[in-house]
Order: sequence, then C-alpha cells, then structure tokens
Amino acid sequence: MNYVALKMLFGDRAKYLMLLCGLTFAVMLIVQQGSIFWGLMIWSQSSVSNLNVPIWVTDPGIAQVDEVKPIADTAVDRVRSVPGVEWAVPLYKGLLRARLSNGDYHQITLTGLESSTLIGRPAEVLEGRFEDVLQPDAVVLDQWAVERMGGPNVIKIGTVFELNDKLARVVAIAKTQKSFTNIPVVYTTYERAIRYVPRERRTLSYVLAKAKDGVPVAEVTTRIHEQTGLGAFTAEDFGWKTIGWVLKNTGIGINFGTTILLGFIVGMAIAGQTFYLFTVENLRQFGALKAMGASTFTLARMILLQAFTVGLTGYGVGIGLATVFGFMTARSGGLPFIETWQLLLLVLVALLAICTFSALISIIKLARLEPAIVFR
Amino acid sequence: MDDSTDLQTQPAAVSLRGIVKSFGTGDTKVTVLRGIDLDIYLGEMLLLVGESGGGKTTLLSAIAGILEIDAGDIDVLGVPLSDLPTGKRTTFRGQTMGFIYQQFNLLPALTAAENVAVPLLIQKISRSEALRRARTMLDRVGLGDRTEFLPKNLSGGQQQRVAIARALVNEPRLLICDEPTAALDGPNGQKIMELLREVGRAPDRCVVIVTHDSRIFHFGDRMANLTDGRIVSIETITREGSA
Repeated sequence: MNYVALKMLFGDRAKYLMLLCGLTFAVMLIVQQGSIFWGLMIWSQSSVSNLNVPIWVTDPGIAQVDEVKPIADTAVDRVRSVPGVEWAVPLYKGLLRARLSNGDYHQITLTGLESSTLIGRPAEVLEGRFEDVLQPDAVVLDQWAVERMGGPNVIKIGTVFELNDKLARVVAIAKTQKSFTNIPVVYTTYERAIRYVPRERRTLSYVLAKAKDGVPVAEVTTRIHEQTGLGAFTAEDFGWKTIGWVLKNTGIGINFGTTILLGFIVGMAIAGQTFYLFTVENLRQFGALKAMGASTFTLARMILLQAFTVGLTGYGVGIGLATVFGFMTARSGGLPFIETWQLLLLVLVALLAICTFSALISIIKLARLEPAIVFR
Repeated sequence: MDDSTDLQTQPAAVSLRGIVKSFGTGDTKVTVLRGIDLDIYLGEMLLLVGESGGGKTTLLSAIAGILEIDAGDIDVLGVPLSDLPTGKRTTFRGQTMGFIYQQFNLLPALTAAENVAVPLLIQKISRSEALRRARTMLDRVGLGDRTEFLPKNLSGGQQQRVAIARALVNEPRLLICDEPTAALDGPNGQKIMELLREVGRAPDRCVVIVTHDSRIFHFGDRMANLTDGRIVSIETITREGSA
C-alpha cells in the first residue's frame, strides 16, 4: 500500500507542491535564521578565537571577553609560578580612537601582544609580515579595519595614522574572524600598546597561558584560580561565557528565536492544513479503502509515509536553498552564516514533528471515518 | 442458476435476523431498519429495492459490516459478523467481499490496473502479482486495452467496469453493489448489469444490489422490497428460458 500512498500523494500535484513549498519555506527559514544566529554567536567570541590561546586569565568578575577589567602587572609572574603552566604572557586589550591623515576618526580595538613571542597573533596574514610589528611605531590591522577605515585605497601598508596623538604605521594586514561589534582591530606589541593608551594604574588586560603537555587544561585553570585568586578560563569556556552574556544582555536570542518559532508555526500551519484538506478531499477514497479491508493502521501508515516523504523532500530542498543563500552572502565573511550539523539535526527533528502533527490530524479523522460514507 | 428456488434448499450465505438500526437520539431519533429478517443464497443475485429513505443503503452497509447495528444478528458465510471486533471484521471484509459503488470511488491518481489491484495490495499480495491479476480481470470486463488509463480518461461506463473488476479481483464470495447504474445512462446501465450478471454471478458467490432503477430489475434472481425499514415483499424474478 506504500505504492498507492505515494501515487496518491504525487497524483494531486497542486497539493503536493503546496505542501512541499510550505515545508521547504519552513526549513529554509529555520536553517537560514539559525545559521545567522549561530554565526553571530561565533562572531561575539571572535576576540577569543582570533587569539587562539588555550587559557585566559583575568579579573574573576569578568562577564565577557570584550569587557576589560585591568589587573595588576604582577599577575603574569603569579600565573607563571602555578604548577602545570608552561608559559604565560601579557595581553593588552582596549578601545581607542584612531585619527587618519584625512581627519577621520575611527574607534578601534587595540591589542598588545607580548613582543618576544607575539603569542596571540592571527594565524593568517594577507599582506606584509606580522613580525614587522616589532619595528618602531608599527601596527598590524585586520582586514575589517581596512574595510571600516576607508578601504584599501585609504588603508594599506605604509599608511600612517595617530593613536592618542602618537604615530602608528601599518606594516601588515592580517586575516581575522569578524567581531560582533565590527570594531577594527589594531595589533601591536604589548609595550607599545601601553604607550598608546592614557596612563592608568593597571594596564594588563589578560594573561594568556598554556598548560604543560599532559596536564589537563581544566585542572590548570582551577589551580590558577585557587593560587592567584584570578579568573582563569579555558578558551572554550570563555567563548561560551561570552555567548551566554550576549544572549542574556542583547535580546538577540529572543529575536532570532521568535523568527525561528514563526518558521516552525507557519510550516506546521501550512503543512497541517494542506494535509488535512488532502485527506478530507480523499475521504470517500479512504472510506472505500476501509470498506475493501484496509485497516486504520494501514491507512495511518499510508498517511505517515506521505507526510514524511513530502517532509524529507522539503527538508532537502530547504537546506539546499538555505545553503545556497549562505554561500552567496557569507562567502566573503561579510554576513555571519554558520550551518552546523547540530542545527540541521534540530531542524530535522522539528520537521518530523511538523509532519507527525500534520499526519496525526488526518489519522484522527480517518480513524473516526465510517466506511459507510462510501454508500452515501 | 436462474431458478432461485433450488438455491434456497442450501444454507443461506447471508442470514439477517431481527436487524434494527436507528440514527440520532431523543426527538430526532429515526429508526431506519425495523426488524429485518432475510436470507441470501450463494449463486443468487438479490436486488434490494424500494422507495428512497426506505433503508436499502443502511441494510447494505450492515450486511457489509461497515455499520454498527442496534439489535439483531448478521451471519455472513457462517461468521457472526455482528459479534466480530472491528479489526477482524475489516480483515474478513477484505477477504470475502467485493464492493461496487454508485460513484465508482476509483483513486484518481492510479491507473485502471492499479485501481483494480488495490484490494490485492490490501491483502499484502506483491505488486507485480496484483497488477498481473488486475490486468487479467480488466480483460474480462472488456478493458484489456485500457489498463494504463487514468480514471479521468475513461467514460463513466468504463469507470464502472474498472470498479467491477476491482470488486471481483480478489474473488469475493459476497459482492455488494450500491446503485451501480445510477450514475450511468440507460444503455450503459444495461451493459453494466449484463456484465455483472456475466462475470459477477457465480455458484459460490452471492450478489446483493441496491437499486431503484426499474430498468434493471429483470437482471436479478430475487427482489426484496424495503419500505419504511421493513421488507414488505420478496419476489422471485422469472425470465424467459428459466426453468
């Protein structure tokens, strides 16, 4: 009877296409919005992922990576003295304004790396050499800084601008992941970064560290916290902490959640209604099948097969369209779009729920159907 | 075969005793069947006739086991149908009964052969075997060259032939027909009845036909007249050449 069920489904082409469109739309909307949402979340912790170090140490009350709470300079040595720590280096991170030669001002995130190792430097450099940051007044910009500060005609290697009335000369362009706030990042050495910023009692933003080989990172972070009183986080935990802060404080989760929920409800409404209509219009035929000896179970199986067939087709088409959308709009890194298998699995579960719900309405109708209807 | 008196010497294939059926409750309650007693025998074609609203279709539904009755006993081929649970009754129906409807009730997306194969597919017979038998049956009803046609591409008479083939494909012992000629014009109705008599009627099968089409009365062996929920007469139909 599976064959009959599928022929019935594909035979009513208009309803089949309407069902397919409804489910495809729902899947596409959920996947697209879910991927953009997750892309934004990944962006929100790009300050952590761009530096690519395993342990972050800072004030224990820190809420997220972009919220800098300066700590004493002695923290670096205190962290180095914790058993299991292989190395620990200082990091400066703070907001500053850059003044270009044309008079334009741009807010930037100044990142100061330890000069002897340059730990925390971006992995990929698009133009120039990152090591040239050791030259006098040298800074390295990320590609988003070039974009935000006037484009490649304005910002290029050799461009000079001012940071707090002090000279900064671009020696390289690095490739980084875009940040949630999209504030350009300017890299320099830790010592020079301290010179750029106004004098403060405490200037150290973070201590970046690594556990010795064979020592679990989580164990080292616990030891650092216990022995120094500072907050120590693995990169992963710090990333999640930042995502959690963004979700709690920006309302972005509710906004995207609402859209995703709408996609789910619209998909369910269209699929449920169309499927119900499909069943009602074929009620006499279903009644005839019942009269001819088809059990309610057989009919329920047919309905479920029809629902899941159109559902899985819609799932494939919807994901395909969402992926094409993501490919077209996010390939330059300009739009956050990260499609994960977890999201696709979640959407599959949601879709199966939609299909089951739609089928269930029809099955209830068929279970109550008296085959005597065919004689009326 | 035409002498139904001979048939009545054997046990009834369908035995109805004291069948009562009402619809609605209280002031709106309508009693449609008021104590029906009737025997139908293998090899005969029984016509259920009578005025509209007399209870013909309700009685047919009760015989088919697709309508719960309020009181009475229905025995079909020795099985107390009214006592069977719904699931077993459905299975029994699929194995022993064939149905022909006024509106044909063919599945529009299926070809003629596929429509005819449906009762066999319900019985879990393989698709290839079901289609093979369906094509043979369509050949018997004169539609051997229309097996791959969709119902919408067949005339009303041809659609009813497909329905007849579908009703007979699983070789039922009880054939239930509800106004099989009502949706057809006179000549087509005559042809359908000729076909039903030719291929539907068999020594080990009884055929029950609900009709109010007086032009086809002569095709039956017996005719039960149902009026106001009661069988008011049963007459044996004699035709030229019968014993």
